Amino acid sequence: MNKKHRMFIRMVMASLVRRRSRMIVALLAVVVGATILSGLEMIYYDVPRQMSAQFRSYGANVIFTPSGEGYIRPEDLEKGAAQFSSEELEGYTPYRYENTKIHNMPVTLAGIDFDSVLKTSPYWHISGSMPSLDGETLVGAKVAESLGIKEGDDITAVNTFEVTSETDTSDIPSYELYTDPESGETYCDHELDLHVSGILETGGSEEEYIYVSLKDAAALTISERGYDIVELSVAAMQDELSETVEKINGSSVGLSAKLVKRVTASESTVLTKLQSLVFIVTSVVLVLTMICVATTMTAVITERRKEIGLRKALGALNSSIIAEFMSEGLVLGGFGGVIGSVFGYYFAQFVSMNVFSSSITFRPLLIPITIAASVLVTGLACLIPIRSAVDVDPALVLKGE
Amino acid sequence: MSKLLELKNISKVYGDLHALDNVCLSVDKGEWIAIMGPSGSGKSTMMNIIGCMDKPSTGQVIFDGKDISKESRRKLTEFHRDKIGLVFQQFHLINYLNAVENVMVAQYYHSMPDEKEALEALERVGLKDRAKHLPSQLSGGEQQRVCIARALINSPELILADEPTGNLDEANENIVLDIFRQLHKEGTSLVVVTHDPEVGEVAQRIVRLEHGKIVSDKKNEQFSEQQEVSL
Repeated sequence: MNKKHRMFIRMVMASLVRRRSRMIVALLAVVVGATILSGLEMIYYDVPRQMSAQFRSYGANVIFTPSGEGYIRPEDLEKGAAQFSSEELEGYTPYRYENTKIHNMPVTLAGIDFDSVLKTSPYWHISGSMPSLDGETLVGAKVAESLGIKEGDDITAVNTFEVTSETDTSDIPSYELYTDPESGETYCDHELDLHVSGILETGGSEEEYIYVSLKDAAALTISERGYDIVELSVAAMQDELSETVEKINGSSVGLSAKLVKRVTASESTVLTKLQSLVFIVTSVVLVLTMICVATTMTAVITERRKEIGLRKALGALNSSIIAEFMSEGLVLGGFGGVIGSVFGYYFAQFVSMNVFSSSITFRPLLIPITIAASVLVTGLACLIPIRSAVDVDPALVLKGE
Repeated sequence: MSKLLELKNISKVYGDLHALDNVCLSVDKGEWIAIMGPSGSGKSTMMNIIGCMDKPSTGQVIFDGKDISKESRRKLTEFHRDKIGLVFQQFHLINYLNAVENVMVAQYYHSMPDEKEALEALERVGLKDRAKHLPSQLSGGEQQRVCIARALINSPELILADEPTGNLDEANENIVLDIFRQLHKEGTSLVVVTHDPEVGEVAQRIVRLEHGKIVSDKKNEQFSEQQEVSL
């Protein structure tokens, strides 16, 4: 670096450091712009993740069904679920449906995993409590209303099935067995005593079932079998989900995967619109920032017209003056970009905590993007006032006109 | 003595106003001229034309044998940067640069900045110990001396001073005039624009302007005497 370059840096730094009060005003304009830009960038890129998590409150978005006749085996379920990354997979709930009678009225009973069901159906509202022990049941509101069941009641579920030579009758009390006089076949009315821990209210078809644990469902039917359906909640975009679903269906896993289009399609639409909105807001902010910085820089440069006139009187060419003033602007833009990146993260964090109630993901790549944008915007904002300022007539300026 | 500068039939017209009206003037190398006159007489216009910061409406400016009146703005800037040192009434120092940096700015635009040379220029005007002070930390007289050091740093052929003592007290005025005497003794040409008779009368030659015309141009008979008294 020769003496000329060193003097150039010395002048630029002296202007920035020794004119602190003026430069702080300009820096403030750049920092505010860079903060909002950086914050919106982070929100823009974090919206899909945040919204995917929010959309999970709408319930499952992927369903596993048996690939043919029969049921989903637990080991196939494990293989199918493993196709989604553990970060994306919020949870899954297997369902086993059985016909039963309560108070001699036919009711569909669903065996589920009470520990995981709220992950796939977070909208369930329970009056009372979620069953935590075997022998406890959750009754759908419509069933409860039609059968007059209340929270805290004890009920008996009866499952009727034909006893064949393959049926293990060792645990069946003899009074549950009877023979149909017409057909001569033996049937069993197997009973299961249940305590109603809560009433389920969803406003949907879920209210038409009673829910027991998978273990109680097996005890009621005296048979171990797979699942009829499995609901999965996956925090991922529709395209990504479709890809994984195709992959599962193309593999030899013994189940069939489907997207819940009603949920995934609306998620995708809302997300696209939300991202477009953030993009437009970011663009508008960028333009406003440029105007704001340009206005500030115009004021800062205008008050230095006399200095520009002096430099010209000392023999400075317009290109030298533009280079000096632009460098000041670019340093200001870079410095403002660094500060704005840090503040932007906290701004995005604040917005995320208040809107999505979760923290934002820090993306280091956005820092150089913010700094580059800040330098570019400040450079452009400086260019216009500098170009007009260098046209000053040194003789007039130095005379104070 | 050879001519450094010649103004031939120079006129400068602003609308209906003739700021300079068919002015002819020549400055020899090493000569010290005072251009005097009341406000509005055309002193500043003449200074701007001599300093290559303005062009005449008509006429020729010959500097060191070269006609510069038709040169482009850029060429004029390069020309005055290389040949002329400017001293202003308002000093016009860059307020965020210290004294030595203000001198180095002139070097920066001329050729290559050199802090040692800049300090020597400040030493010449008696300000080496104030080299690291900002203009706001210097008195008016000290600021004017920095301005003179800046004008001298590139060894110009002509020092052009516009009311150099206009903002100074008597003590500082004497210091500045002593520096001019020294420069003249060393062979530097000086053109000092002033309306102060005391400043004008220490010059070798006094040119009086009125209404854009030279009304008198005569040698200062007491010049040699004054030089001897002061030095």
